[in-house]
Amino acid sequence: MLTLATLPERFIQHPFNFQHQHARSFPLLTAMILVPLLGALVAMMLPKSRPEYARIVGFVATMATLGMAVFLLLNFKSSMHGFQFAESHEWIKALGVRFDFSVDGVSLFMVVLTAVLFPIGLLASTNVDNGRSFVVWMLALEMSVLGVFVARDLIVFFVFFELVLVPMYFLIAGWGHGNNVYAATKFFLYTMAGSAFLFAGILTVGVLYHRAPASGGAWTFDAGTLTHWIASSGAISQTTGRLLFIGFAVAFAVKVPLFPVHTWLPDAHTEAPTAGSVVLAGVMLKMGTYGFIRFAIPMFPKAAIWAAPTMLTLSVIGIIYGAIVATMQPDLKRLIAYSSVAHLGFVVMGTFALTTQGLQGGLFTMVSHGLTTGALFLIVGMIYDRRHTRKIADLGGLWKSVPVMSGLFLAATFASIGLPGFSGFVGEFTSLIGTFVTRRWWAVAATTGVILAAIYLLWAYQRAFTGEPEGDNATMKEITFREIATVVPLLALSLFLGFYPKPLFDRTQTAVQDLMTQIEDGTKGDHGHPGYREPHPVKAASVEAKSGAQG
Amino acid sequence: MQRFLDLVWVIPALPALGAVIVLLFGKRIGEPKAGYIATATIGTSFVWSVFTFFALQSQHGEGRHHVYNLWKWFAGTGDFHVNFGFLVDPLSVTMILFVTGIGTLIHLYSVGYMHGDPRYSRFFAYLNLFAASMLVLVLGSSFLMTFMGWEGVGLCSYLLISFWFEKNSAAVAGKKAFVTNRVGDFGFMLGMFLIFSKFGTLDYVRFGSHEALTGVSHTTVTAMALLLFVGAMGKSAQVPLHIWLPDAMEGPTPVSALIHAATMVTAGVFLVSRAHAFFDFSAIGNGIHAGTVVAWVGAITALGAATVAIRQNDIKRVLAYSTLSQLGYMFLACGVGAYTAGLFHMVTHAFFKALLFLGSGSVIHGMHHEQDMRKMGGLRKFMPITGATFIIGWLAIAGVPPFAGFWSKDEILAKAFFSGGAQGKALWAVGMLAALLTAFYMTRQVWMVFFGNERFRDSLADDHGHDGHDDANAQGDPHESPITMTLPLLVLGALSIVGGFLSLPFTKPNLEFLARWLEPSLEGAKDIHPGAFTSGFLLSVGAVVVGIIGIAIGFTVYKRGLPDDGVDPVETKLGPLANVLENAYFFDIGLAKFVSGPATKFATFLAEGIDRKTIDGAVNGVGRTVKEAGDGLRRMQTGLVRNYALGIVAGVAMLIAYMWTRAI
Repeated sequence: MLTLATLPERFIQHPFNFQHQHARSFPLLTAMILVPLLGALVAMMLPKSRPEYARIVGFVATMATLGMAVFLLLNFKSSMHGFQFAESHEWIKALGVRFDFSVDGVSLFMVVLTAVLFPIGLLASTNVDNGRSFVVWMLALEMSVLGVFVARDLIVFFVFFELVLVPMYFLIAGWGHGNNVYAATKFFLYTMAGSAFLFAGILTVGVLYHRAPASGGAWTFDAGTLTHWIASSGAISQTTGRLLFIGFAVAFAVKVPLFPVHTWLPDAHTEAPTAGSVVLAGVMLKMGTYGFIRFAIPMFPKAAIWAAPTMLTLSVIGIIYGAIVATMQPDLKRLIAYSSVAHLGFVVMGTFALTTQGLQGGLFTMVSHGLTTGALFLIVGMIYDRRHTRKIADLGGLWKSVPVMSGLFLAATFASIGLPGFSGFVGEFTSLIGTFVTRRWWAVAATTGVILAAIYLLWAYQRAFTGEPEGDNATMKEITFREIATVVPLLALSLFLGFYPKPLFDRTQTAVQDLMTQIEDGTKGDHGHPGYREPHPVKAASVEAKSGAQG
Repeated sequence: MQRFLDLVWVIPALPALGAVIVLLFGKRIGEPKAGYIATATIGTSFVWSVFTFFALQSQHGEGRHHVYNLWKWFAGTGDFHVNFGFLVDPLSVTMILFVTGIGTLIHLYSVGYMHGDPRYSRFFAYLNLFAASMLVLVLGSSFLMTFMGWEGVGLCSYLLISFWFEKNSAAVAGKKAFVTNRVGDFGFMLGMFLIFSKFGTLDYVRFGSHEALTGVSHTTVTAMALLLFVGAMGKSAQVPLHIWLPDAMEGPTPVSALIHAATMVTAGVFLVSRAHAFFDFSAIGNGIHAGTVVAWVGAITALGAATVAIRQNDIKRVLAYSTLSQLGYMFLACGVGAYTAGLFHMVTHAFFKALLFLGSGSVIHGMHHEQDMRKMGGLRKFMPITGATFIIGWLAIAGVPPFAGFWSKDEILAKAFFSGGAQGKALWAVGMLAALLTAFYMTRQVWMVFFGNERFRDSLADDHGHDGHDDANAQGDPHESPITMTLPLLVLGALSIVGGFLSLPFTKPNLEFLARWLEPSLEGAKDIHPGAFTSGFLLSVGAVVVGIIGIAIGFTVYKRGLPDDGVDPVETKLGPLANVLENAYFFDIGLAKFVSGPATKFATFLAEGIDRKTIDGAVNGVGRTVKEAGDGLRRMQTGLVRNYALGIVAGVAMLIAYMWTRAI
């Protein structure tokens, strides 16, 4: 009965969601979450001595999920506002907590990226020890990550958000290298500490709603309802809004990671197994930026605008600082980890520019970074498998001994540098231009990142891959067909999106428009928030001038 | 015919396809075939470009700006739209003709030059990819499309400079080129941001002439122009972003000819001409505008690089500094508003500098990879075709009429002179001085290489393998190169003779073909009034005289080659200055010191002092404190995770309590 009160609200929120009926017939999103879980359960029951069985199960489960993700992508209506493929299952009735799953443009590509990276991660890990458990944890991880990206209920989101930590902890601790337990623990605690703020924030919002007259004493943690409530009633004070935003922001900032709470990332990345790094960089960092775009900003738009200068500053520091620190890393994986700090800086910067281009560029970079950094980590993993080192100083001349592998690494390097033609450029450029129009000097500072990225990546490439190979480097084994099959899809996707980003932009733009509207609604009464930009003043006048000249 | 205007995309697509085929299957296709496939693709592009030229010529008025969009590139990003499209207009057609034309010749030349290289097919893949990117650069319908080609050529430049990456110097040079270019790109990108933020578009058609910029302040437009120029400085190696170009000579010689002399490095001149509206509209005050900066940067580069060239002994480094210097001329022209003169010099320079580079490649090939001019001399007897064509190139660059360089350089100097005021005269004077030095250092080079005493006997005994690839005939006298290499030399030699007739400084009858042809692309550019015929004629005579003086000095000093002790007479004459010039004013040494000194120190400080010790140290410190507190309070709890978790739970409880109270 309590939840009934929230239902009309949800229909007001998503008046165009005709897919509701269709979704009832087949719960696609639930299936996407359950298939990896089912796979994990099946794999667990298989004999430990035959890891190849588990591997097959893992591959089938992740490929089936990928298939569903492709189906989702193809059936997604890009022009439709609001959420699609919505499902709702009851969970904790007394608190109005529901398994509300749905996707919009923002979450769609995170789901697809997740579905793409997991089979690749498994394919790249056919030679790990204790293969059965590895597959089980990977599948558990996929389930949790997918849950994060489709959940609309804050409590359910939080549960998945935290659940992700468990398989990741065991993947790093169990299959990592060197200082793995330290790294895994640090990762776990760092992000847990951040999450504590998130949890506090979520509970507070829920309680505030429950006590507010608007709810009539009902409980809900549905993000849409709460956003609507906060925006329409102005029920929470400015200070409360800001504190709640900070609570959400801390958790997400740690996850991104934003300077200065980034130091867990290099350790976690370096010690994680290859597949772990791929997933970590590819989708787990995006849980942070996703959190901002999905929850923190739309729920507390005023506070987001208030915090924007700080967020922009931190993200620009991340871009520059991450790049400079990356330059000095002796370890290839640490270098790529710091490059992630820089890349995610572009995402956060674009997001907090609070312009259409900034958000679109940020979302695009989230996908692009998953592809290019994934490719880089995969190849570093191959080098580690062969040379048992990731130290740049131990390598050298690989371009001569393993030309195909080095060529692919170079392609990934330039994709990561943001060479036009690869997806990285599209994302970076769009987020920069979106930031420039409202926050000029932040964008100017961030643009130095394009120089720095070339420096740290090409310098590393020079040291590790050029020159005359000696010793083990000269006799290194060339990339195998299976390994090529892991890298090439990522680079091909990056190239495709670099030349033709429209399919992605088309599907995210409606969601971004919705978000912009939510920001407008949430700041009604405030005149001219800095995220709003005057239309180009000269455009109309000068077009006339041009046509006049022609005539 | 008109259909070719819509099929313009085929021109870059062909070499792009060639690059993919040769990259994937080159090894299987085998040595000469892979090269011929690459040559065929760019050759077909050339033919296609000729058809496109005729198609455009048949158009009139607005028809000479033909935009063809393939697909929407940036779309769904608010009001930021960019099409993946091409602009066919006189400027871009001029560029594609000369890029594909010279490109074809150099591809053909490479078939012979790269013979026997273990990465033969890969070379051609890169070369094809370069051609495709360069064509996108010049054909792009917007700043962003140009930028795409711009970065593409940067990538190819990187790949080709470090083509022999086993050599550390080559790998370093490639990286240096890319990073320096990125510094320029920083300006280019900011320029685009600023243009978009004020005009809401990046399409060239919007910026046809300076009248279209009305509504935005002159200062802002000046900023846009200068930011774009920073990009041009990077790509076209203007001081102080010139440092990468001399090192780029680490690449195979055809690369130096195609990319680092004829085409890619002129992209900056192209960009400034393409964006001429911004330069025309800009104004700072007191007659100073963005063009002033462009002209002076060009003048300084023209003179500075020419002085450095007289002290270089590597045959390719002389030409590299010469290229810097000639690019400086082009910017000097663009800066005073004489875009046509700049573009004219770009074309003639492409002819004679490609000729000189390919000639030097032929020398290096014939000398079994020797590049030091001190170990050459008297080579004309052994390589007659190379010698004769090189001499044509020398006369062209020295400004001897009626060779190509005379006409274009003369036009630049005249336009500078008449551009007005003391500044015009000062720019002219700098240009004349640089012309004198040019004639001198080129004469020095020709005599050190092709005339005078034969100094190669000792060095040929031990083959250096300097240019990286093996040669079956590693012993014996220098030899002439195969036909695939000499044929391009002959064609370029012919073009260096007649190239000047593209635009002759006569208005009755009007023989300024290039100027008339380019006019629609340079709409609204300043018209520099060419003084009276007599003063123009006197200026030309002056330029010729200066060239001849330079040649005469060079001849006097080097007519017998080098003295027996091998010491360059210039070195003793210049005294301490010789060292400064030999080290190119210590730019590189200074930069290297900065990078390995303060820059590295700062980066290390951030990575170690700040990141590892301070930030991460604080994090670990918090962790330790919590753990110790946990240990102290509850010795029974030993699990690390559990201790931390307890702290967190306590923290959460307190936070919730706090927020709850705030909520009430």
